[in-house]
Amino acid sequence: MSLQLSGVGYRYAGAQRPSLLDVDLELPDATVVGLAGASEAGKTTLCLVASGLAPRTVGGRIRGMIRLDGEDVDAWPMHRLAERIGIGFQNPGTQLSQVADTVFEEVAFGPMNVGLARDEIIERTWDALDALRISDLAERDPRRLSGGQQQLVATAGLLAMRPSHLVLDEPTAQLDPAGTRLVADAIARLAAGGASILVAEQKTDLLAAVASRVVVLADGRVALDGPADEVLADPALGELGVAPPSAVRLRSALEAAGLDPAVLGASRDG
Amino acid sequence: MAGSARLIGDPTAGRGIPGVLGRPGPSPFHRLNPLTKATLATVTAVAAVVLGGLIGPAILVAVAVVLPAVAAGVLGRLVRTALLLSLPIAISAFLVNLFFLPGAETVLLRIGPITATAEGLAFALEILARILAISGAITLFYLTTRPADLVVDLERRGISPRIAFVANASVQTVPAMVERAGQITAAQRARGLDTEGSIWRRIRGVVPIVGPVILGSITEVEERTMALEARAFTRPGRRTLLWWPADSAAQALLRWAMLLGLVALIVARIVGVGS
Repeated sequence: MSLQLSGVGYRYAGAQRPSLLDVDLELPDATVVGLAGASEAGKTTLCLVASGLAPRTVGGRIRGMIRLDGEDVDAWPMHRLAERIGIGFQNPGTQLSQVADTVFEEVAFGPMNVGLARDEIIERTWDALDALRISDLAERDPRRLSGGQQQLVATAGLLAMRPSHLVLDEPTAQLDPAGTRLVADAIARLAAGGASILVAEQKTDLLAAVASRVVVLADGRVALDGPADEVLADPALGELGVAPPSAVRLRSALEAAGLDPAVLGASRDG
Repeated sequence: MAGSARLIGDPTAGRGIPGVLGRPGPSPFHRLNPLTKATLATVTAVAAVVLGGLIGPAILVAVAVVLPAVAAGVLGRLVRTALLLSLPIAISAFLVNLFFLPGAETVLLRIGPITATAEGLAFALEILARILAISGAITLFYLTTRPADLVVDLERRGISPRIAFVANASVQTVPAMVERAGQITAAQRARGLDTEGSIWRRIRGVVPIVGPVILGSITEVEERTMALEARAFTRPGRRTLLWWPADSAAQALLRWAMLLGLVALIVARIVGVGS
């Protein structure tokens, strides 16, 4: 059971050159895969392709194969994919339905569309709100919340769908450290429940915290792919326009200063 | 299915929808089913046009607008909003008919080359009564009904969720665009744009604001479409509704009575009864 991209290339309608080239990516169940890369490297495009929105909604041309739990999804309509794959974007304002007068209705919007039983929708909605510690916002107007709160509401809307596969494009872009931790916890909890999750992030600290594997894109191609600790410590990361996690930078700074990085562990232990 | 487990323990067991959803309105008129209020507004507006004259629309306004507004405690807001809505068109229609009604002969007043006539004044008052009845009926509905309530009610009755969404989103988009315009205005002012002073300056100041408002809204459409698609909005079939406004057999009867009364009125006007 996994989401699998094989030799996937994608070109936006009217674009001169493809935005993705020969991308192979597998998201096994119960796994968080981080996606990093410089601006314009193709992270958002890969998220759109993996979720099925490109080309179904976005247009453009795709090649290669996408398999969902072993099935070729080429002919699947978007609403069928949406029941299995969730996607969150970095701009929370545009993720809100605009027709929900309360946060509760906003989070319940997806499950309502799927036609679940009312009781199950209510249970899922409270679960998602509780998971992100925003139950106290349930009666608030989502359009009147801060950007960070809206991001959490949008993420709760995804969690309420309980997708088996989740694609998150910079889900913490507008969040403070506390909000980032809540999203990280929710990601880890969802993965522990068996979901596969692809997280595109500039914040490599988040990827270091939640991802077991990290893929780095450069010019639409996979430049690095491997275990998170190895990829995030790879010296080539900087050349690919990705800032290493703070722990890696600190270790590098200590080494550059002629100090033993092991003191970090010693001081933490002591 | 993977990911289908509850995200937390079980502290939410037994919780229903938040109390604010479907909370009854403050007055019996507020608590009427949205379709009943929409029917009343529609019938009042159409009947005012069909009735014509001065007395008919005036009685309609008193019975179907003022009385319910008093019962709902919104008379002051209704008068202000209805006048704001209707004054520009009411004044222009009144003046045009007062001074330029074709065939009018009884002169009341001459102002240079233009003449106010008695026939013009009578017709202008009739038009004014119709405009006030229409704007009053619409305003009363607007002041006592949340758009979402009407949309949920219509969806419960079988209207397509897409049509319901478009109707609701259209209403919600206006304040969103106004808010965006305010943000862009503040941002442009912070960078030195002069939006105050003479009319010419104000007009010049509008251009750098209108562009970003419109372009930004267009850009957002694609993102919003993707977000809706990703939440299974295009799935065929009925959505599950969490709640819907209360209705009753008496209200259904009232709606049919109002509609039949309107039909009877139209038929009567066509065949010439009471004209």
